[in-house]
Amino acid sequence: MGEFTMSVPAKGRFSINRRYLPYLLSLPALLTCIGILIPFFTAVIYSLQRYRLSQPWARKFNWGENYLNFMTDASFWNTLKVSMTYATLTVGIELLLGLGIALLLQRRSTFNNFVSIMLLMPLMTAPALAALMWKLMTNPGFGILSYFATLLGIKDLNWASDPATAMMTVVIVDVWVYTPFIMILLLAGLRSLPKQPFEAAELDGVPRMFVFWKITLPMLTPFLLTATLFRVIESIQQFDIIYAMTQGGPGDTLTVFQVEAYLNFFQSTNVGRSAALMMILWAITYFLSNIFIKNWLRLREKARGEA
Amino acid sequence: MEQVSTLERILRGIAISFVIIFFMFPILWIFLMSFQTNETILQVPPQLFFEPTIVNYEGLITGQLETAAGSLKIEFMGNLFNSLFLSTAAVIVGLILGVPAAYAFARLKFKGSEDIAFTLLSFRFAPPLLVLLPLTIYFQKIGLADTYVGLIWVYQLIVLPLILWIVRGYFEDIPADIEYAYRIAGHGFWSTFRKIALPLAGPGIAAAGLLAFIFSWNNFIFALVLASADKQPVTVGALAFITASGINYGQIAAGIVLSIAPTFALAMYAQRYLVEGLSLGAVKG
Repeated sequence: MGEFTMSVPAKGRFSINRRYLPYLLSLPALLTCIGILIPFFTAVIYSLQRYRLSQPWARKFNWGENYLNFMTDASFWNTLKVSMTYATLTVGIELLLGLGIALLLQRRSTFNNFVSIMLLMPLMTAPALAALMWKLMTNPGFGILSYFATLLGIKDLNWASDPATAMMTVVIVDVWVYTPFIMILLLAGLRSLPKQPFEAAELDGVPRMFVFWKITLPMLTPFLLTATLFRVIESIQQFDIIYAMTQGGPGDTLTVFQVEAYLNFFQSTNVGRSAALMMILWAITYFLSNIFIKNWLRLREKARGEA
Repeated sequence: MEQVSTLERILRGIAISFVIIFFMFPILWIFLMSFQTNETILQVPPQLFFEPTIVNYEGLITGQLETAAGSLKIEFMGNLFNSLFLSTAAVIVGLILGVPAAYAFARLKFKGSEDIAFTLLSFRFAPPLLVLLPLTIYFQKIGLADTYVGLIWVYQLIVLPLILWIVRGYFEDIPADIEYAYRIAGHGFWSTFRKIALPLAGPGIAAAGLLAFIFSWNNFIFALVLASADKQPVTVGALAFITASGINYGQIAAGIVLSIAPTFALAMYAQRYLVEGLSLGAVKG
């Protein structure tokens, strides 16, 4: 990675220019983002206040009270549980499915490339619109999937409007949208693996299962880890699919972090609790994204080395 | 690995078929639904063969929704315009801000540059509502609430990290010697940047721009929180549309088709860069 350490025409006004140049170039981008950092610190302050939009006169610092209240707040623990369940289910299924499909499409052929491009379409669909598509398909009255369910003998399947199946329904939509993400990442990973170990294993007649567990999987681990962390970070923050599908309902079945914070802010106008919820979610994602970025950097260096 | 038995080939075929059906069926079904009248849609069992009609699309384009209860005005074309305008503007602003910064991070390593680059990246992973909720209050105070400018600014949260990190990679791929040689020949910094670095990183800039456009177009939460009806893009508009049109399912389907078609088209066009963009440059496609 080359750097300009030379100082060829470095005299007069140019040398001053040179020293400030990097800052000059990145300053506009930075200023834009500082505008966004201010709300972040505001959120920290809100989270330490008793602040309801409906009672602005009662606004005052209560320090850790919003957080302390969470300890005994059943709906907070429900939010945590629902978010964790959602993230675990979606990422778990997407990982298995994505790996499976990537292995199926591993060989470069016109057909395989065509399929892998086709599978990008769900990923390119806005998650909120994907939720609407599935809403039309799971309508108990005329939805095609409800019809298929009755053919299979499942009567009165109410999908997202039944607490028992609501989670399953949004998880299916999430799997539909994001499995292709994991798939294309792993496919790129699989195709970038060195050929020699596989050729050697084949010459020696090593069983294919053994090759998969002992060669493919270990070599694919950095890609698996990156894809998983990326998805966990996004999945634990999921809002679009759940909000567009059920707005967190029925009841509090699907009130994941962001949905709960949104409802707290706009319906119960409880800014303090909403901000405290977001701070906790931020702490979780910050922790995860630090691990992610380390991994991601290693992969990036590798990808750049091969280019 | 190459001697595949017939049984395995059949099993693979079945698996691939299931995959294609699961991922393609919803798109196909909504597409078919958009050419049906409500009467056909509501039939049980669902009809695979029907008389296609374009009334749904006509209704959306003219903005008149004919229901049993009378005629209703719909703003779907306005939503489509908002999506187009917001995404395009966000990408242009993002490129103007992001490309010079990407160059600074790639070429002129300076004090704190890595820290700043990572701070920008970390925005990509922070919960959007954390920023959006205080921002609604601020925007009301400074008069940016429900304006295109305010929205385009907030869109930079997703656009800038993407452009910065992808374009930076492309700048790093240009051998520094080329630029060095050009400068030795007596050219200044700006002309080197414009005549050498920008054209060489061109494909990367284009790819980052296209991807940023797709992500902006697909965004839902920013406009849901910050925009009122006349500024809303299709993602938010479609949701309101469902409540407004009540039972006109064919029209909802047509609206969805019109809303996802542009991103599909762009994705097909830019598919070579998708893998790289989606992984923020971690994997090359």
